[in-house]
Order: sequence, then C-alpha cells, then structure tokens
Amino acid sequence: MANVKRSPWLLHYDGSSCNGCDIEVLACLTPVYDAERLGVENTGDPMQADIFLITGGINEQNAPVVKQLYNQMPRPKVVVAVGTCACTGGVFKEAYNICGGADTAIPVDIYVPGCAARPQSIIDGIIKARDLFQKRSEEHDAKVKEEKKAGKHGSGSPAVSLQDAKEAAEEDGKEE
Amino acid sequence: MLYRVISILCYIILAPFLGGLLEGLDRKISARMQGRVGPPILQPFYDLIKLFKKQYIIVDRAQHFLLLSYLALVVFTGCMFFGGSDLLMCFFVLSTASVFLYFAAVITSSPYTTIGGQRELIQDMACEPALLFAALGFYLISGSFNIDTIVHSQYSAIAKLPGFFLAFVFILTIKMRKSPFDESASHHAHQELVKGITTEMGGRNLAIYNVTEWYETVLMLSVLALFIINENPWSYLAAALVICAAYFAEILIDNTAARVKTSTMLKMTWMVTLLSAGVNFLVLMLV
Repeated sequence: MANVKRSPWLLHYDGSSCNGCDIEVLACLTPVYDAERLGVENTGDPMQADIFLITGGINEQNAPVVKQLYNQMPRPKVVVAVGTCACTGGVFKEAYNICGGADTAIPVDIYVPGCAARPQSIIDGIIKARDLFQKRSEEHDAKVKEEKKAGKHGSGSPAVSLQDAKEAAEEDGKEE
Repeated sequence: MLYRVISILCYIILAPFLGGLLEGLDRKISARMQGRVGPPILQPFYDLIKLFKKQYIIVDRAQHFLLLSYLALVVFTGCMFFGGSDLLMCFFVLSTASVFLYFAAVITSSPYTTIGGQRELIQDMACEPALLFAALGFYLISGSFNIDTIVHSQYSAIAKLPGFFLAFVFILTIKMRKSPFDESASHHAHQELVKGITTEMGGRNLAIYNVTEWYETVLMLSVLALFIINENPWSYLAAALVICAAYFAEILIDNTAARVKTSTMLKMTWMVTLLSAGVNFLVLMLV
C-alpha cells in the first residue's frame, strides 16, 4: 500500500477572516515551524491539492467560491477548518451576511480551534488530516480496484471530466 | 554499437531516478539555506506516487496526449544525445518538445495556463541563442556536430569555449525553472499566477510533467558535461564535479535572487549570450 500521507499538498483559502489565522498558516511554512518537513507544499491550485485549509467564516459571497474549490479538488481530499471563525463563525456569527463556519458550505473533517489558531495546533491539524488522507486514499484505491474488476474501465484509475467530478462531489456533500 | 544501446537504456531507466534525487537534494539544500529542516530527500518520489494515486480529472482530453508527446520527445532527445548523434538536431527536437508543452498548457483555455504558456515561449526564446551558440562552439573546435567526435577530442572543450560555457550555465537557470527566471512555472512553493503552466494539470498529468522535467534536467546537465569530457577517462569525474558545482550555484541563485520581469529576463540572457558566447565566437574565428 502506497504511503500517500507523506505528501499532503495544501490549498489555503481565506474566507472572511481578520487575516490573523492566515498569517499563522503562513507562519507554519517559515523556518521556525517548517511544515515542509512533513512533505507539505502550499500549492494554491485546487487541481493539485489534497488538503483544503479554510480560515474565516463563510458569507453569502464566498460560499459558492468555497464549494467550487472543493469540487475542483480530485479525490481523496480532506477539509480542515482553521480558527474559531472557520469552525463556527466566531465573533461574526450573528452578522447579517455570515452563514456560519466552513461546514455550512462543504463537509469539514477536522476543526482547529483558536483565535488566532496557533501554528502548533495548525500543524497538529495537518497531521490529523494527513492520517485521514491516507485512510481515504486506501478507500479510494479499493473502490478503483472494485470498479476495474467489474470491467467498467479499460486500464488505470477512472478518468472523469471536470463537470462529472463536480456533480459527484455535490452529491457527496448532500449525503454527508 | 552495444555501448550505445547500453548508454541509451541507462538514460531511459536511470534519468528519472537521478532527476528526482537531484530535486530532492535541491529541496533539502534550499531548506538548509533558509534555516529549515526540509523534506526528506526522497520527497519528489513520494509526491509522484501520490499523484498517480489521485483521482484523474480531465480538463481537456487532448492535454494528456500532448503531455505524453512532450515526454516522448524529451526522452527521444536524450536517446539521441546518449546515442552519440547530432548535437544540433538534439536541440531542435528539444525545442519541438517545449512547443508540445505550450500546447498542453493553452489547450485548456484557462487564463492562468495561457499566460504561463506564453511565458514558456518567451523563456524558450531566451534560451535558444545560447543553446545554438553552444552547438556552434563545439563544431568550431572539433569540426563536427557529432557528439561522439566531441567526446573523443584531445582536450576539454571548456579550454577554448569558456564564454559558451558561461552562457550555457546562465540559461540553465531558465531550463531548470529557477528564480530569478522561473516565469512560467516554479518547482517550489513561491509560485506566481497560481501554478503558471501547470495550473490545469492534476494527478497523473502533473506526474508526467514532473518526470519529463527530471529527464530534461539530466539531459541539460549532460550537455554541461560535454564541455568538460575529453578522451581521458578522468575527465568524466571532473565533469561530475562541475555538474555538482553548477547545480549548487543554481540553488544558491534560486534562493538569493528575486524573480524578474520576462522582458528583463530576455534582455539579460541575450546580453550575456552575446557578450560571453559572442565574444568567444569572434576570438575563435579571428585568432
């Protein structure tokens, strides 16, 4: 079984945060904390990302953006909500434009609390996320193998168009 | 004949491992330069395995074919080089390969990859004079474009071609996608335009792109070795040392220089090519 957890690539998206958590997320990549020793890379590209890191609450304007980013990420994927705002909506919760935490838009797997979340706890969240990523990858492999056995696909893992991937991800979101 | 077949097979099988290992070392050394621990040396291979395991999302069906053509042409160039054929032809086939990469980028019609693709073309335009000059230099001193003849010359080419060597090392920064000339895509996290030319490449496609880059790096470093190697077997060791030194210099430049504009890159590379390789060329012709 391939050890995919050694290579978790991050996609960082700032919802409507005060930028406190964003600075802490970037601090994780600096020499003091150095998340790259875990194989972490800050990709900035949903097509290449494995772990989706959200900071800040979800508002009416960014909800579709977050959904789209999530849908563009290939499976297996893990979502981490960083900071109180991304977990619950935080101090902005009662504001007229805020829907709440990241889980109001997409299924969230790991919550990292804190205002702002400290780099130590963010790295802790990433480590939990990469273990989950490994588990999901194994499930994904098993599914691909099963489908191959059933003769659905000629060779390799199934290829899907971006539109199909989006629709499938939306159905997943509804189930969860 | 057998010797050629073995060296071609060695290139096809070993080049991706060597290229991946070099990138791993590159990331580790870069991290140490910045005072970080850095990822394991085998990290590029972990990334590659993961990319093959990910779900394969297609943006455009032609992209996969174009990337495979890019890979095939770069490997073919390497085979020509290690088979001891024409150096000039190698450079021509290599530039055809980068055209396939450009098409693979622009076919998705994403604005990020389109700009990345256009920058890739400008980068190729910046590299090409120095590459052609290098081929010309080898021809002037050995009387042939044939790599076998160049390798079996009596003295190292660098003795008569220091200017050509300098120009080649300068454009190596572009070919290896290092700062300050990493316009179209960057190996490291300091990206611009999201991921430039690789923005719409995910999973298996990005893996193919990475492997092709490793093949290309090994090929470019082998051309660098051509400046050193002569009929003396010890020159191979010297070539290996020069390659290590050049690679270290590239990492150092990558970590100390800020990215420049494409127009500045073009001006700088052409000036350096003209001044070092051009002057060297004139001296060879007149003296």
